Amino acid sequence: MKIAIASGKGGTGKTTVAVNLALALEDVQLFDCDVEEPNCNLFLGFELEPVEEVTCLFPEINTDKCTLCGNCADFCRYNALAALPKKILLFPSLCHGCGGCSFVCPAGAVEEKSRSIGIIEKASSDASLKFFQGVLNIGEAMATLVIRSLLRHIDESKPAIIDSPPGTACPVLAVLGFADYCVLVTESTPFGFHDFLLALEAAKALKVPVGVVLNRDGLGDSRVEDFCRAEGIPILLRIPNDRMIARLYSEGIPFVKEMPEWKEKFEDMFETIKFETIKALAFKSTGVQ
Amino acid sequence: MRQLAIISGKGGCGKTTLTAAFSSLSENTVLADCDVDASDLPLILKPQVLKTEDCLGLELASIDLKLCTGCGICRETCRFGAVLENFTINPYSCEGCAVCTVACPENAVSLMPRVSGQVISSITRFGPMAHAKLGTGEEASGKLVTMVRKRAVELADRYSCKLILIDGPPGTGCPVMAAITGTDLVLVLSEPTVSGLHDLKRAVELTSHFRIPTVACINRYDINEKKSLEIEAFCREAGISLLARLPYADITTEAMMEEKTVIEYAAHSRDTGAVEFANIVRNLWAEIEMRLSDSSKKEMYSKTLLDRKP
Repeated sequence: MKIAIASGKGGTGKTTVAVNLALALEDVQLFDCDVEEPNCNLFLGFELEPVEEVTCLFPEINTDKCTLCGNCADFCRYNALAALPKKILLFPSLCHGCGGCSFVCPAGAVEEKSRSIGIIEKASSDASLKFFQGVLNIGEAMATLVIRSLLRHIDESKPAIIDSPPGTACPVLAVLGFADYCVLVTESTPFGFHDFLLALEAAKALKVPVGVVLNRDGLGDSRVEDFCRAEGIPILLRIPNDRMIARLYSEGIPFVKEMPEWKEKFEDMFETIKFETIKALAFKSTGVQ
Repeated sequence: MRQLAIISGKGGCGKTTLTAAFSSLSENTVLADCDVDASDLPLILKPQVLKTEDCLGLELASIDLKLCTGCGICRETCRFGAVLENFTINPYSCEGCAVCTVACPENAVSLMPRVSGQVISSITRFGPMAHAKLGTGEEASGKLVTMVRKRAVELADRYSCKLILIDGPPGTGCPVMAAITGTDLVLVLSEPTVSGLHDLKRAVELTSHFRIPTVACINRYDINEKKSLEIEAFCREAGISLLARLPYADITTEAMMEEKTVIEYAAHSRDTGAVEFANIVRNLWAEIEMRLSDSSKKEMYSKTLLDRKP
């Protein structure tokens, strides 16, 4: 079972929920897919070892063969190639590695090389939790590629908790498209509610069942709760707007470690998720709710 | 015309709250909400829409099943796994590269235009505003950010505005790069948490990569004063001026609930904490305005951090 922890925007507590949930359960895996800002390990403090370099292909023009016809630059949808009078210029960070330029070059002058755009790391085998993260190099745009490589390391026989990137764009969809269940972390304020609705739209588009964690509960009003009740979306957990929890977060300490009463709450949350996922799968196969 | 971008390594640092506050302090300003994934500035500024325009993103492949013989060459050549078993296209995977159109021996594949979002120009009580709505799951948010900025420049020309105030997207990826390139000054917001410091470093790496003058501000500094000191030390080392330290205050949520900027809210508040908070924001804005009027100052350039491991 793959559980994505998502939210419309950043700063709502995705990482907090992902890390605490993973630590409260036994025999689970945790994947940090927020490859632009992987933060989970700041709270886990594991020794990390590289497992895979994520590469993207890019063209290299063989100037001896190149006739400067410009077909490659004309074809490139990402403006990664520019045909100048005397040479073809490449902008590597714009290249998506589609291979189109080598396909359309009549002279066979395009060779594809690979370059590193990021890395997959994992916690060393003596760590208490099976943990993987992806890191996108600064200045690179192909986050989805790193996420896809990272998700390939999931062991299907165990539950996997996936900390998603923020937003509702492509990288999140890459995670949600892979998940059996989506936990949306939000707070009940105008910003929180607005961003929650966007994330919900994304989850609905991919037909992933959704539950809500209300973070900083007590702040704002009841708009998220009222909405969830009306729509039949379960509220899986409430994390109060508590200075102690904020303090532990700022120190990088997962609060289940210092506040053991929370372990049970996260276990209960996991039970609900399991139940909801089974229900959704049954609905999918039989059409009966 | 000057351009100021407000960014933070991650979301939830208070970018929008601060941008909104600045909008009620600055004059002759165009607002540009470049957080196109989750555009929240309109929730405070209640824009009246003047014009909406579709933003065309990368195109989408489409297979004509009448022509398709099922040879599978398109599926083999697509590097993004976008061609499904039944020869339909998964729109969330297709990057519009067009390789399938040239690979198909039957000419059965063509590219269709796809709308990735809308760019909107509006009027708010603090001046013109450019913002956007990204379609769910659309990737071209960097492109949409660029369009918002272009629209903001047009608005600034039309209304003779001197400053464009950019509410940046979170992260350090493509949309942020689109939001900061060519700006005169970047304000990086940070929080005193382990992730806050980590994300600040990544954001500063990015601004120094583009050689944009950078200043910083710590929000909720009193949540963890030790971590705040670490952030201060980092800023000193990187040669970045730390312009303000904002305390943790309920005013930010209270103002948001009333759909007001913190400056507007504090003007009618008897709460000394709220008034004090607004005053720090005022001073911060005064500092920024001074730097914008003299952004040739060399000291603001952060040292290059690229060759140093964060």
